[in-house]
Amino acid sequence: MPTKRIDLLICCGSGCVSAGALRIKERMIEVLQENNISNEINIIETGCMGPCDFGPVMMVYPEGIFYKKVVPEDVVEIVNEHFIKGRPVKRLMQQEDNKALATKEEIPFYQKQVKVALENCGYLDPEKIEEYIALGGYEALGNALINMKPADAIEVVKRSGLRGRGGAGFPTGMKWEFVSKAKGDIKYVVCNADEGDPGAFMDRSLLEGDPHRVLEGMMLAAYATGASEGYFYIRAEYPLAIKRIKKAIAQAKEYGLMGKNIMGTEFCFDAEVRTGAGAFVCGEETALISSIMGRRGQPTPKPPFPANEGLWSKPTLVNNVETLGNLITIFNKGADWFASMGTDTSKGTKVFALTGDIANTGLVEVPMGITIKELIFEVGGGIVGDHKFKAVQLGGPSGGCLTNDHLDVKIDYETLKEKGAMMGSGGVIVMNDTNCMVNIAKYFLDFSVDESCGKCAPCRIGLKQMFEILDRITKGKGKEGDIEELVTLGNSIKQLSLCGLGQSAPNPVLSTIRYFRDEYEAHINKQECPSKVCLDLMHFNINKDKCIGCSLCARRCPVTCINGSRQDKYEIKQVDCVKCGNCLEVCPVKAVTKEAGMHEDVKKRMEQLAQEMAEM
Amino acid sequence: MKTLADLKAIREKAQQEMKLRNSNVRVKVIVGMGTSGIAMGAREVMKAFLDEVANRSLADVVVTQTGEKGFSSMEPVVDVVEEGKARITYGNMNAEKAKRVVVDHLVNGNPVKEFIISTEE
Repeated sequence: MPTKRIDLLICCGSGCVSAGALRIKERMIEVLQENNISNEINIIETGCMGPCDFGPVMMVYPEGIFYKKVVPEDVVEIVNEHFIKGRPVKRLMQQEDNKALATKEEIPFYQKQVKVALENCGYLDPEKIEEYIALGGYEALGNALINMKPADAIEVVKRSGLRGRGGAGFPTGMKWEFVSKAKGDIKYVVCNADEGDPGAFMDRSLLEGDPHRVLEGMMLAAYATGASEGYFYIRAEYPLAIKRIKKAIAQAKEYGLMGKNIMGTEFCFDAEVRTGAGAFVCGEETALISSIMGRRGQPTPKPPFPANEGLWSKPTLVNNVETLGNLITIFNKGADWFASMGTDTSKGTKVFALTGDIANTGLVEVPMGITIKELIFEVGGGIVGDHKFKAVQLGGPSGGCLTNDHLDVKIDYETLKEKGAMMGSGGVIVMNDTNCMVNIAKYFLDFSVDESCGKCAPCRIGLKQMFEILDRITKGKGKEGDIEELVTLGNSIKQLSLCGLGQSAPNPVLSTIRYFRDEYEAHINKQECPSKVCLDLMHFNINKDKCIGCSLCARRCPVTCINGSRQDKYEIKQVDCVKCGNCLEVCPVKAVTKEAGMHEDVKKRMEQLAQEMAEM
Repeated sequence: MKTLADLKAIREKAQQEMKLRNSNVRVKVIVGMGTSGIAMGAREVMKAFLDEVANRSLADVVVTQTGEKGFSSMEPVVDVVEEGKARITYGNMNAEKAKRVVVDHLVNGNPVKEFIISTEE
C-alpha cells in the first residue's frame, strides 16, 4: 500500500514532449527532493491528453486539477502552493471569461467529446500493465475466451456496427467473418499502424498512450477469427509507439496473458512488431503484407483478398489501430451501447487529429454524426486570430476539402464521400482565408507523387502530369483548358489505379476545383493568386502616401531592388524582386502591402523574354 | 494467470495503487495546509494520516490537502468528507489524534466527538 497523496500525471505525448514536458518532469523531481516530499507524490508519464496546443499539460489527482502551458519556472510555485499548501495555482489553469477552470470537465474542449478508444489515454501510465488491469483491462478478453464462442464474438462486432477506422470504412464484423470462414492451417492478425498522412497522429497517440488496449483488441480479433499469430506493423518514425507495444507484449507474456493456453483455454496467441520504412503506400493492406514478408511494399490486385490469401498466402485479418482500440469497450459495454452513438451507417465515435489554423490543436474523439461546425468551432475552439474559416481538408492527401457551405454536414463515412472528402484515418487540417487552395492541392499532390510506388502507370505517370499542370498554374503559365484536363486526368486515375493510393490521390485537386474553381480561374486567366500565396502571382507594393522614407526596407532587401530617398519615398523595382517579404516585416508604418496578381512590369518583361526566345 | 478470478485479484491490488485517480472513493480526508496550519504541525498530521491509512490498507480512503480554512486558532484543521454524510471538521489535531480518527472514524464509523469543532450538513 503506497503512502502517496498526489498523483501527478504529466502528458508525455509527442506534442507536450516537444514543448518541454520532460524538462518539467526533471525539474519537478528536483524540487520535490529539495522539499523532501518525493515519497508523497507519484509522477506518472502518460500518453496524449488531447489539447496539444496547451502543452505541456498536466493533471493533479485526487482533485483532478488541469494545468496548461507549464514551464520549468512554474514548478516551484506548483509545489509550494499546490502540493504543500493545497492551493491550486489558478494562473496555470485554463481561463474563460476571467474565470479559472480547474478541472478537465469544465473545459469546453472536452465537453463535446466522448472517449472510447482514447478512454484511458492520458489517464494511465502506458508502461504499467497493472494500471491497465486496474481500469478493467483484459477482462473483455477473459470473458470472451471463457464465456463466448468465436462466432458469438463476431456477432457482437457485427451488431455494434463498427467499421474500419483506417479510412475505407469496411464493416469490421464482416471482415472478421471472412477470415473466420477462410481455410488455413494458420491464420494471422495484423495491426495496421502505418499512419502516414501529413497532419495525422491518432494511431501514434493511441499506441503510445494505451498500448495494452490495442494488444487486447488484437487478441479478441484473433480469438474470433481463429488466428494464432499477430503482427504490429508500425512505421519506424514512431519509435516510442514501437517501444511501448514491445513492452506491452513482454508484460502480457509475463502475466500469462499471452502465449500458450491463455486463461486456461485452448487459445494460444503470440505477437511481434514489424517496423515499416515509412512508405505511405504500405498503409494499403496488400502492400503492408508484402512489406511484412520482407518484399517490396507494393500492392497486389484483389482478389485474392488478404482474408483468404494474405501473409504467406494464409488467411489474414488486417485491422487499423483505432479499430482494435474500440473493441474492448464494445465487449465490455455491449454492442448496443456502441451502436446507440452515431448515424444510421456509421456507429460509435471517431478520433480526429485537429491541426492547422485552429485554436485547440490536438487529439479529440467525438461521436459520429457530429457536424463539422461543432468539431471545428466548439471542440476545436475556432480559427486562431482575426482570420476567417476557409476550408477544411479531411482525410489527408487521399481526402478532399469542405468549405463554409458544409459546416452543417454530419460527419459519417457516406456523407463525407458524397461531398468529395473522406473520413480517412482522421486527419483534420483546418485552413483560414490566407491559404491558396491551388497551392494546397499542389502540396498534397506533390506528396502523392512522391509516395506513388510506381507499379501502375495511371498513378505513376498521371499524378506527375497533374502535378506539372498545377505547378504551371501556380507560376502564371496556366492555359485555357487546364482545369478540364485536370478533371479528366483525375477521374481516369481514380478509375484505373490498382490501389487506394492512386484511387484517392486526385481527390484534393478534384475537390478544390469543385469548390474553389474561381481561384483556379483567377490563377489561369488573370494571372492572380487571390490569397497572395503563389509568389509568381502576387507582388509587394509600397504606398507612397504612407511611406516615411526611413529606408529600413531598402536596407533589408537582399537583392537591393528597393530604391528611393527621404523626399521621393521608396519604390520596389518589381522585375528584380524575389518576394522574400522582408520589406513587409520591417516597415514601421505598414506602408508595404501584399497585392494579388502579377505586376505589369513583370508581365511586360516576360513577354519581352518570350519574344526574344522566339526570334533566336 | 489461469482464471478470471486471478485477473480480478490482480485488478483489486492494482486499483489500490491507483485510488488517487478514482473519483468514487468512500472517504476524503482533507488536511488544511495554510501557512498557520503548517506552522502548527499540519504536515505531521497529514503524514500520520497517510501512514495510518496505508498501514491499514484502506483502499477507499484518500488523503488530500487544502488551503487556509479560517480556523487559525484551532489549527491544524482536518475535514472528513464522506459521501452522503455531513462534513466533519476536526481541530487542534496532532499525529496521535490523527491515528485515533483513522481507527474510530474511518474504520469503525464513529466520529471522535471530543476533537470535532464543526459539523456541516
